[in-house]
Amino acid sequence: MNTHENSMNYVQPFRDGALARKLATAIAAEVDPSRAYAFMEFCGGHTHALSRFGVMDLLPETVRMIHGPGCPVCVLPIGRIDMAIRLARERPQVVLCSYGDCLRVPASGGMSLLKARAAGADIRMVYSPADALQLAQASPDREVVFFAIGFETTTPPTALLIRAARDAGVPNFSVICNHVLTPPAIAAIVDRPAGNGPVLDGFVGPGHVSTVIGTRPYEAFAHQHRKPVVISGFEPLDLMQAVRMLIRQVNDGRAEVENEFTRAVTRDGNLKARAVMDEVFERRTSFEWRGLGPLPASALKIREAFSAWDAERKFDLVCETVADSKACECGAILRGEKSPRDCRIFGTVCTPENPIGSCMVSSEGACAAYYTYGRFREPSSAADATAGTSR
Amino acid sequence: MSGLERTRPHRRLDLKHGRVEMAHGAGGRAMAQLIRELFTGALDNPYLARGDDGAVLPAPAAGERLVISTDAHVVSPLFFPGGDIGSLAVHGTINDIAVMGARPLYLSAAFILEEGLPLQDLARIVGSMAEASRRAGVPVVTGDTKVVEQGKGDGVFITTTGVGALPAGRDLGGALARPGDAVVLSGSVGDHGMAIMAQRESLGFEAEIVSDSAALHELVEWMLAAAPGLRVLRDPTRGGLATTLNEIAHQSGVGIAIEETAIPVNKPVAAACELLGLDPLYVANEGKLVSVCPPDQVEALLVAMRKHPLGARAARIGSVTEDSNHFVHCLTAFGGRRMVDWLAGDQLPRIC
Repeated sequence: MNTHENSMNYVQPFRDGALARKLATAIAAEVDPSRAYAFMEFCGGHTHALSRFGVMDLLPETVRMIHGPGCPVCVLPIGRIDMAIRLARERPQVVLCSYGDCLRVPASGGMSLLKARAAGADIRMVYSPADALQLAQASPDREVVFFAIGFETTTPPTALLIRAARDAGVPNFSVICNHVLTPPAIAAIVDRPAGNGPVLDGFVGPGHVSTVIGTRPYEAFAHQHRKPVVISGFEPLDLMQAVRMLIRQVNDGRAEVENEFTRAVTRDGNLKARAVMDEVFERRTSFEWRGLGPLPASALKIREAFSAWDAERKFDLVCETVADSKACECGAILRGEKSPRDCRIFGTVCTPENPIGSCMVSSEGACAAYYTYGRFREPSSAADATAGTSR
Repeated sequence: MSGLERTRPHRRLDLKHGRVEMAHGAGGRAMAQLIRELFTGALDNPYLARGDDGAVLPAPAAGERLVISTDAHVVSPLFFPGGDIGSLAVHGTINDIAVMGARPLYLSAAFILEEGLPLQDLARIVGSMAEASRRAGVPVVTGDTKVVEQGKGDGVFITTTGVGALPAGRDLGGALARPGDAVVLSGSVGDHGMAIMAQRESLGFEAEIVSDSAALHELVEWMLAAAPGLRVLRDPTRGGLATTLNEIAHQSGVGIAIEETAIPVNKPVAAACELLGLDPLYVANEGKLVSVCPPDQVEALLVAMRKHPLGARAARIGSVTEDSNHFVHCLTAFGGRRMVDWLAGDQLPRIC
């Protein structure tokens, strides 16, 4: 976009069209014409950027990108949302706060946090978790509950918040912790039985997550599974460069962890952030992921020392396992086994206006990204089902 | 105001400390006083001054047709950089009339006031409305006020209706775009929506983002004089440029191809959108318009637009195409292609 003046100079260089064409030519020259490549971009932010900038148009046809499960709202199981909705509806003193994306995730019985709000529950969107704590301090007669979700990127702010609540002695604030961990999810995808979906030749590793955890946690994985991992930034040139690095590793027969996102990611990550995470959270024995099922040691819970700010303990919340809609292929899509276009209800019953599955909710979800940005590449069966319905 | 004061209507409204009370909507002296001191004075014009139930207006010239449009304005916060709900209510409706190709003539305004609204704020809003209407040369000729209990409104809601005259032979409409036509945008996108969001969410950006709220009817006249063959005019308000382009594609049964590099976005707007994960193409504007123009008139159109302060950054951003799917395509600055789809619900900030 023509952003005027010398604008956005920390972003624009990474979106340079002329540079992109040069890089595209270089990549085309490096691919081995006798083979195809399948890479998974784990992170939803990457999925979104690939679609948003039309990066696929610049990659050779033999390079296929498979969208992974790294979209926080997409992997959140229905049961967790149901639990939050029950809390907000059954206890009128509760103000439930969460990030915007979360509010539309479909829950049981056609509900969502947004619909629960329309039905009278006090549910609010916050930009920063700190807003939720401020709200609690300003409303001592209410119980403010922050519904925390996300990977390692959004975990340190939640940890800081819980510590701040303890330090300031805020009794009417608590957190439902849904934070999940990236490395166990990547391992689960590679460990799946053969024959389920394409064989992956490598991973574009998450950028923001790795700013926190560093590149080290992927090393054992890359070595054991013989899969190259390249940590990438979120700009389109980052992604193209990461794909080029993956192609080189495959061509060379290497399986290493490489870092394309050196301007933000180090081998050890952010030590302070990791320390505060460790102080406040510990691993759950097991946590259910939408699409991936229960994965051992794949999520965080609030430590005993901070239990006064743990909404699950405070309100005796119980999460029940709820099966996904039978027609919805989100599970297989999140595992990289199917593409959105393989789903029978994609673009017909399931649209961003009426999402059936979580992949259609967030703009980072594989289905929503396909629907919003890439539908013109699809056969016209799914075409234009929404025109005129969303004014 | 206490009961004692109500028996003494000669005491003027306390614009410093007074607040809207239920009595201001009850039809009695307090209401009459509010209208007289706060509304009629500011919006001063002979139609309103008559104080009747309706305004008696001259008929349009022979051959002209009337265009009417109405718009309810709800905005939080009421005041924002570049305007407030009062000026917005004037500009919004004038623009709806203007993009029909009509000359806006008169406005009506209905206010729903929430009990407790500081009279100072109300006076400021009405004053800004009067200023906007005076500058545009479109008087508010009739109006209404109601008061709702505290908690049942958001300070003030304003519904304005506009009447305009459409010259004979001039017909613009969203269904008239044809393959090969040029798509022209009058200036930068996203300013209004991000100005509101930055205020509402106290995002505390360093650079202030100013709403583009403005009346576009003069620019429209200049455009139509230079390019009488203009087919479509739209103001991309709610849902932004992307939504407007999709509406035109759908109504006309065509596709639209745009180029991202041609679309101006101001630096602070681009930065704020980047930070929140929003797309400026979907953010509201209140002083921009999109036009679809036959290719042989586009150069004349751009020259005329760029002479007007509200069209100084006018640019051709794309073309109308044949497409049975009625899709809007975008060639990204990066060199790839993507769709620019209808917005699903609200644009919500992304999580990471």
